[in-house]
Amino acid sequence: MTDLSMSRPQGQSRTGKIILRWVLYLALGLFALFYLMPLFVMITTSLKSLEEIRTGDLIALPREVTFDAWRTAWSGACTGVQCEGVRPYFWNSVLIAIPGVAISTLLGAMNGYVVAQWQFRGANVIFSLMLFGCFIPFQVVLLPMARMLGIMGIAGTIPGLIFVHVIYGIGFTTLFFRNYYVSIPSELTKAAKVDGAGFFRIFWSIFLPLSLPIIVVTVIWQFTQIWNDFLFGVSFSQAGTQPVTVALNNIVNSTTGVKEYNVDMAAAIIAALPTLFVYVVAGKYFIRGLTAGSVKG
Amino acid sequence: MTKWLEENTPKLVLAPSFIAVLIFVYGFIAWTAWVSLTRSRLLPRYDIEGFIQYERLFASPRWDTALNNLFIFGILFIVIAMVLGLVLAILLDQNIRTEGAIRTIYLYPMALSMIVTGTAWKWILNPGLGVEAMVRGWGFESFTFDWLVNPEMAIYTIVLAAIWQSSGFVMALFLAGLRSVDGEIIKAAQVDGIPTWRIYTAIIIPSMAPIFLSAFIVLSHLAIKSFDLVIALTGGGPGYATDLPATYMYAMAFSRGDIGQAASSAMIMMMVVFAIVVPYLYSELRSKDD
Repeated sequence: MTDLSMSRPQGQSRTGKIILRWVLYLALGLFALFYLMPLFVMITTSLKSLEEIRTGDLIALPREVTFDAWRTAWSGACTGVQCEGVRPYFWNSVLIAIPGVAISTLLGAMNGYVVAQWQFRGANVIFSLMLFGCFIPFQVVLLPMARMLGIMGIAGTIPGLIFVHVIYGIGFTTLFFRNYYVSIPSELTKAAKVDGAGFFRIFWSIFLPLSLPIIVVTVIWQFTQIWNDFLFGVSFSQAGTQPVTVALNNIVNSTTGVKEYNVDMAAAIIAALPTLFVYVVAGKYFIRGLTAGSVKG
Repeated sequence: MTKWLEENTPKLVLAPSFIAVLIFVYGFIAWTAWVSLTRSRLLPRYDIEGFIQYERLFASPRWDTALNNLFIFGILFIVIAMVLGLVLAILLDQNIRTEGAIRTIYLYPMALSMIVTGTAWKWILNPGLGVEAMVRGWGFESFTFDWLVNPEMAIYTIVLAAIWQSSGFVMALFLAGLRSVDGEIIKAAQVDGIPTWRIYTAIIIPSMAPIFLSAFIVLSHLAIKSFDLVIALTGGGPGYATDLPATYMYAMAFSRGDIGQAASSAMIMMMVVFAIVVPYLYSELRSKDD
């Protein structure tokens, strides 16, 4: 804490201080409005009828609240030829995210454990190589990956997308666990070895029980990454296996029929809900992941 | 045998990930680099022809636009997001009672997909029914705000949406930095009667140099990889006025069927990223070993 406001040097009047305080809160409030405005507009637009959108004001509250747009967005909106709403694609995203998060987190935990506690010659080089992999622009692997998925016979499938997310996720998950396990004294591992415990036994009964915070951070990070992914989803899926972000983009940009802004907004909120929910209930861990992924990486 | 297994377990555990990274990161980069030196079009060819794809790339007006846009977008996005993030962090650092709630509000856009962000701003900025129509409805009949459909201005809508999405994150980075500054020095400065703004400009901000660097790296990385936001907000249009290298690469790879151009543009993107990230990572890793 820097705590500057409470202990100003002399010479400032009490009223001056109060005015300054008000200006400060006003500025913070205006910024809060800037960040909240798009969400507010999305929600109110999704609850209006098309008629009201055409005649009304962008930021006005709905005169008549209707959930029709939500129903259409969930199960009737057209993503091109098909008109099943975002529902099937929402479940695709769930089917991609759950195994993708689980596998990459598990691999990251094991890798991080090795790099932090079971150093061998070359382990640091391997870690550095994995770390550099986090930073490549994925455009540079799109073409060969498309061919590789074809060779492996999983092109355009959900397992194919899970595979891609795991491969390009392990760099970060390894980094998270490595940085966490490095702070655990290596004497602990040595003592356990003397007592005859092996590699997996030590992981299972010493490291895993200590790992809950970093598991939460990693799971949230990976879930947000995979759920919000668009590049891999649009490049490696086909009709029927697309994740929700791709379906949302198709709904918004489909050119057939009348533009239904309220449906677009409802679909966007549906696509955003899972990550928003995670952010609201576990914001602390979300931020920790963001800063760990950037400051340390 | 069991003894060997026991001794080599750590290596065996790390091996699959390491092999995967070798193939899917480094092998694939090599493949793309190789193909970028060939005459590949719809299908990849493997006989090296030199820098012909790069010559085509830099002769293409569309790539020229994409690079220019990256330059405009990158600089504005990084500078504004950093300034805004710093200002917000300093404002929030003044013993604000509702700090937790305000922080949550400033940071939530970071949890959203760029596609969601793009969809929201596309609606807000559309001239027919969005902000322009709203202000006209208030009686300002001649008010125009058509950036989204104006080829000259469309790139700035992407800057706006990207700042909205990421500035809260920069604020969180800076706020953590402000909180880690040594409190004793600040107290000493206060005792000496140094005004608050001087304490910030002379003591606190200079001591946060590493955080500025981190924020710069993260933001430039985000800028170069920006793809989803452009697709959702402008689709690269009007025309290709808001193309970025990432959308150019995607168009070449998946809609134009021009693998050579896709590969060479991807290589340029990677070189830009590495020019920024490698010195940083290198110094990070070295300082950890010391």
